[in-house]
This record gives sequence, C-alpha cells and structure tokens, in this order.
Amino acid sequence: MEERLRRTMMFVPGNNSGMVKDAGVYGADSIMFDLEDSVSMDQKDAARILVYEALQTQDYGNAELVVRVNGIDSPFFRSDVFAMVKAGIQVIRLPKVESAQMMKDLVSTIEEAEKKFGIKVGTTHVMAAIESARGVMKCLEIAESSDRMIGLALSAEDYTTDMKTHRYPDGAELEFARNMILHASRAAGIAAFDTVFTNMNDIEGFNHETEHIHQLGFDGKSLVNPRQIDLVNKVFEPTKKEIENALDVEAAIEEAQAKGSGVISMNGQMVDRPVVLRAQRVIRLAKASHLINEEGEYIEE
Amino acid sequence: MKNNVGREIPDEILNEKGYKTFKSVDIGNPEKQRVAPKVSVSTGDNKVVDSIEDVVKNNVKDGMTISFHHHFREGDFVFNKVMDIIINLGIKDLTLAPSSLTNVMNDKVVEAIKAGTITNITSSGMRGSLGEAVSHGLLKNPVIFRSHGNRARSIEEGEIKIDVAFLGVPNADRLGNANGMNGDAAFGSLGYALMDANYANKVVLLTDNLVDYPNTPASIKQTQVDYVVKVDQVGDPDRIGTGATRFTKNPKDLKIAKMVNDVIIHSPYFKQGFSFQTGSGGAALAVARFLRQSMIDNDIKASFALGGITKPIVDLLEEGLVNKVMDVQDFDKGAAGSMKSNKNQQEIDASWYADPDNKGAMVDQLDVSILSALEIDTDFNVNVMTGSNGVIRGAVGGHQDAATSKMTIISAPLTRGRIATVVPKVSTVVTPGDSIDVLVTEVGIAVNPKRKDLVEAFKQVPGLPLVSIDELQKRAEKIVGKPEEIQYTDRTVALVEYRDGTLVDAIKEIKD
Repeated sequence: MEERLRRTMMFVPGNNSGMVKDAGVYGADSIMFDLEDSVSMDQKDAARILVYEALQTQDYGNAELVVRVNGIDSPFFRSDVFAMVKAGIQVIRLPKVESAQMMKDLVSTIEEAEKKFGIKVGTTHVMAAIESARGVMKCLEIAESSDRMIGLALSAEDYTTDMKTHRYPDGAELEFARNMILHASRAAGIAAFDTVFTNMNDIEGFNHETEHIHQLGFDGKSLVNPRQIDLVNKVFEPTKKEIENALDVEAAIEEAQAKGSGVISMNGQMVDRPVVLRAQRVIRLAKASHLINEEGEYIEE
Repeated sequence: MKNNVGREIPDEILNEKGYKTFKSVDIGNPEKQRVAPKVSVSTGDNKVVDSIEDVVKNNVKDGMTISFHHHFREGDFVFNKVMDIIINLGIKDLTLAPSSLTNVMNDKVVEAIKAGTITNITSSGMRGSLGEAVSHGLLKNPVIFRSHGNRARSIEEGEIKIDVAFLGVPNADRLGNANGMNGDAAFGSLGYALMDANYANKVVLLTDNLVDYPNTPASIKQTQVDYVVKVDQVGDPDRIGTGATRFTKNPKDLKIAKMVNDVIIHSPYFKQGFSFQTGSGGAALAVARFLRQSMIDNDIKASFALGGITKPIVDLLEEGLVNKVMDVQDFDKGAAGSMKSNKNQQEIDASWYADPDNKGAMVDQLDVSILSALEIDTDFNVNVMTGSNGVIRGAVGGHQDAATSKMTIISAPLTRGRIATVVPKVSTVVTPGDSIDVLVTEVGIAVNPKRKDLVEAFKQVPGLPLVSIDELQKRAEKIVGKPEEIQYTDRTVALVEYRDGTLVDAIKEIKD
C-alpha cells in the first residue's frame, strides 16, 4: 500500500453542491464524499450525479478522494459503484461491513465496472467501515479481504447502539473496538481511522479524544467539519526533538547509501528498520505541518 | 477616450462636464482652493421649529442641492419624511447629494425621480430597487459615485455645493449643539455628516431628543446650524446597527480570515505601532479575532485602527491591543455605544479620514487595510459597485480611500455560488489595481507583481499558498464556466470618480 498521511478524512454530504465544490480548500488529507447516511432517499440520484460531475471538474489538490457508497443490499449500491469507478474515484468506502465476503462482493462489482469502463483492474481501492459488534469481531478477516484494502474505519454511532450503550465523554465504551480495529489494520498493513466527533463546540473534548487515538496509534480521524482539520493536524505535529532525531536518522541512511553499506548506524549504534520507518513518518508529518521544508531543512520560526 | 485603467469614458461626458480621465493613484502635492458656505447670521436664543414643511418651503427651491447622511443606516426615518414633503410641495430639479443611500430610501428616491423632484444624484452607492431603476435608465443625468474621502474633497472644493442639509441627530439643544452618541437613536460617530454641517449654506437638524442647552460634547456646533426641527422619531434603534456581532462559523470565511491574518503577520508592516482598517463583513470580523491572537503572541500593539468601526475593534481598544480608534462611522451597537465612554475612540470627519486633497488624511498613515470585492480582475482592479448582471448594487464607500494604505488586502471567496469573483475584466472599475497589493481567496494568495518586496517576503513563509492571479482566474472559470457578456446600451447611467475627482469608469444602461 502506498504510504501517505491520513490524519484527516473529511465527510462531505454528496448532495451539498457548495460543500462539494469547496471540499478541496481546507487541507484535509482525505475527502470522503458521502452518498449514504447524510443524503436523504429522494436525493440519492442527485448526490451521485453531483459527485460524479465534481470528480471530473473540480481540483482537489493532493487529497485522497474517497466516496462512501450506499450499503451493499441497498438499491443504490450498484449505480453508486459504477458511477464512482467511472469517475475515477481513488477509494470506495463500504458502510456497515461485517464480513470479508461483503468486501469481496464490493470488489467484484468494482472489477465489473473497471472492465466496463476500460479502467485497469485493481486501480480502485476500498476501505471498510466497522459499525457493529460482528464487524469488530471480524475485523482482521475484513482487513485482509483484498489487496485493494487501504483501511478500516470505526463508526461509533451505529456501533454503540449495537452495543446497547451510547457515547460517553471518556470513550471507554469504544476502547475495545478501537483496539481491535487498530490491531487488525496494523496486522494487515493498512490504515486505521477513528470515528467522528460531532459536538463542534466542545473543542476541549475533541482535542482530548484526538490525543487519545494518536497515542493508541491511529492514522487519523474521520471529521464532520473542516474546522476540525487544523486541530487534528496540531495533535499529529511531531515535536522538535522527534524531528531532529528523524533528520539524524535520515542523514545516517544517506551516509550508509553513499558508502554503499547495508547497515545504517547512528552514534555508533545500528539503526533498526522500525526506527527508520518511524523517522520517515515523522518527516512526512513535519513537512505536512510546514515545520521542515521539502529539502528536509528545519524552518526557523 | 480610454483612461489609465483601460476604461472607455465617453468624450461627450468629458467635454460637457469638464472631467479629466483617471491617470494615477498617486495624488501628488497640488495646491487646492477650498470654498466657504453662506452664513445666515443669527443671534437669537432658539432655533427650534415644529414644522419640517415650513423649513422646506422657506429654504428649498427648484434646482438646489440637498443632502442627508446615512448614519441611521437601515433604521433611517429622516430621509423619507423630508423627501415626502419636498415631493408634495412640487419642488423640481433637485440634486440629491447624501453621504450614501441605504435600502430604506430606495423607493422614495425612485418616486422623487419619477416626479421630477430629483434630476441629479451623487452618492457613495445605491442598491436594490433604486440601483435596478438607475441601471435601466430611469434617471436622465448620470449618477456620480464618489468615495467618502472624495465626497469630502468635492464639498470642500465646491464640486458639491450643498444648499440645504437635512441632518438627523439623536440629540440636540435649542441652538443646534448635537452629537451621535446619546439618545434612543444613537449611532456613534457623525463622521460623514460633519462635512455637511461645515459646508452647507443651510443646516437643518432633525431630532427626537431636545436636551438642555448647552449640549456637550458637540460634534455639530450651534455656529453651523440654522434650524432644529423636533420630530417624533429619527430612527429605529434596532435597525440602525446590528446587535452583537457573532463570530462566523462558516469554515470558508474562517479559512480566508486566517490566511489574511497570515499575510498581515508575515508582512513588513506587522510591527510595534502598526495601523489597520477592516471592514464589517463576517470574514473581516474573523480577521480581527485572528489578528488579536497574533498581536498577543508577538507582543505587538497597534497605534490605531481606522474606518467604519465594529465591536471586535472596540474590544481590541479596551484590551489595550490598539491605542486609538479613529472612528468615521459605527457599524454596530457595541461600537456606537462605546464612543461616549472611551476617550480613545476618536470621532473623525470624512475629510480627516480620507480626503485626498488634504494636509494629511488618516488613510495616508494607514499600514494595512482589508477590503472586500464583488469582482477583482487579473490587473487587480476591483469592482464593488455592479453585480455580475451589470446592475448597480453596491457602494464605493471608503474602498478607494483605504486602498491608499501601504498594504491593501482584498479578501474574497474565489466564487460565490455560480459567479466568479476573480475575472478577466471587472464589469466596473472602482478601485484601480495599482492600489491593491494582495488578493486572498480560500484557494490561494495572489500578490500584485508590482509589489516585488511583498512577493519576496511571502516566499520565505512556509505553507503560504502563493499563486498568480491569472491562475486564480482560470481556476474560478474552471469551476463556474464562462458567463455570457452583459449587454449594455450606449447610454451612460452613472460615473465612478476616483478619489481625486478624475473618472475611473462609466456605467452603461442595461439592455432589456
């Protein structure tokens, strides 16, 4: 899977033309156009057509483009998938996934569409939203269901209902699901997205939750409002010490490459692969936060 | 003949009215002659009368110029009351020269034009039914649009000779000492009206609040006033200024505001004692909030904030982040209410604010201004006057004046609905691109290439999305497409003066 930052996945209702038009300006790492829950039944076709047209005409910069299609047993599913594949969407997110078979069914529909529209088979990636106890218990098989998988996302509203609870400020009710999804994602080598936080006026609560999922190891969070993007990015910003260490590791890698040596060493110690991977991620985050420039030079305040 | 922003100004207008075409935003140091009004000497102890009609009958004659101010904004009761009487008396061929025309006045002006009462208008702007009517050729003579600073200049130099000024005030004593700060209809600064009080041959105050003599502080003085007319109500307090201004939650406005703030704090002007002017829209208010935080973080204080004033600006004053507020008008109740209690909120007249032919106006000292735009073109010319359909629906206001600042920032969304803001050519040039330095949209920041210093300064800032204005224009066109050209007739319905009185554009009649 391509390594990229996925700190923020911003939900955009697919039938809101203004929001669809402007979705690219807020600097979200991923934009998720929604054809499912935020679109009422009488707007399903309109939303599909609007997102289809927007994908042809609008400039969304470097953002990863995702669409949440209607559920696999809904009458809109096939039309959604065909339209989005034709429009060249990068990722299709399937809601309410409870088995690997559901993802396989999605992938076979995508493949059908790719063939029909002359798109190279395998181009369109997929991800799964986990929204139930069954989904959580099956998340490893879901994560490993296809080479096209890029990630798992927790959807807490449906999940807490299924668990006969609701959301609490401390998030204890989500801890098991978060860890299951995170472990399944890491085991499968794909991304893990935390759930949305809907109270826009509780900045403190939002920051607290974001810090928590950052500590657990999530790639990022699903968002309902562009105003949350900067807050998440701030939490994911590496510290100065982390950046300096990462730059040292990078220098050591370059030195090893220059010497033609397979062993990377720093301060007389061998640098392990996990250290290299972490350093690379820190550098990606630091660049995205404009803390270092493209050449990896520290930007003075 | 074409002027220096490439706009065709009809020769007959230049010949008949003795106009010069716009040449440069640089005013230079010319020597100017000012005029003085006639004075009807009075030594009596009471100027109070009950009947507006008597005052009109005795003072307003066919062919005269009359004026009003717009400080009551959408809560004005004075204009329609006085105009009704003038129309009913059958007075003809008047020139209407208010500081501006608000929406509550529209229908009355249209009525007065149809009755032949008003045959000439000069104003900062017009909107709604009046703008529609003028754009469709209702008025025989072209309207003249002037900025607030230019109106002050034109009055001082006799280009606007006011015969009778009807000035509503929220308080006055029996000899005409008055201010804008006290009373039910208080609106704060009397900035624009002070020009009329100083230069009109006859000054008529209308008030619903007669107070004991002598009334202080006196912004308008008894030395200037001929009549004080007692009326029931001069204005609707709820519509004079909006209530508490709420901080915008619109993510696009916030994004633009944050980018504007980034431009300000990374410019060479953000330093101890800098000065600024913001507008009154949601994004402008948001800029004030971001700027506040940046001033606190960097321990920087502003020497003054200028212009139309809002509550968030007054808050900065009270917090000690701004030393003085130089106040020509107040946009909301918070700003209007604080003037009487805060001696550092200084009332200034339109001349002090922005008259270009001055011995020094406040705008000449201004570091940063943040202004809006209906359209801005790839030469950075700005239109705040006509809509995408060519119809008049705006006002020059202080736009040309504040653009004199050392760094003028236009803050605007790339598109509004299906209408592009960044266009190849604006439909009407109001503020020439030479005085615009930076355009901030939600997708990027374009610096006027003439400002090489700013281009260099901003290049050093990581994450500041610098783009060319041509790119922004192309991007807007890609989103909304190319509009059909507006169809005009050959007839000129309005003229837009630059602040020095030269013609920057002529607005044509819309073809039906």
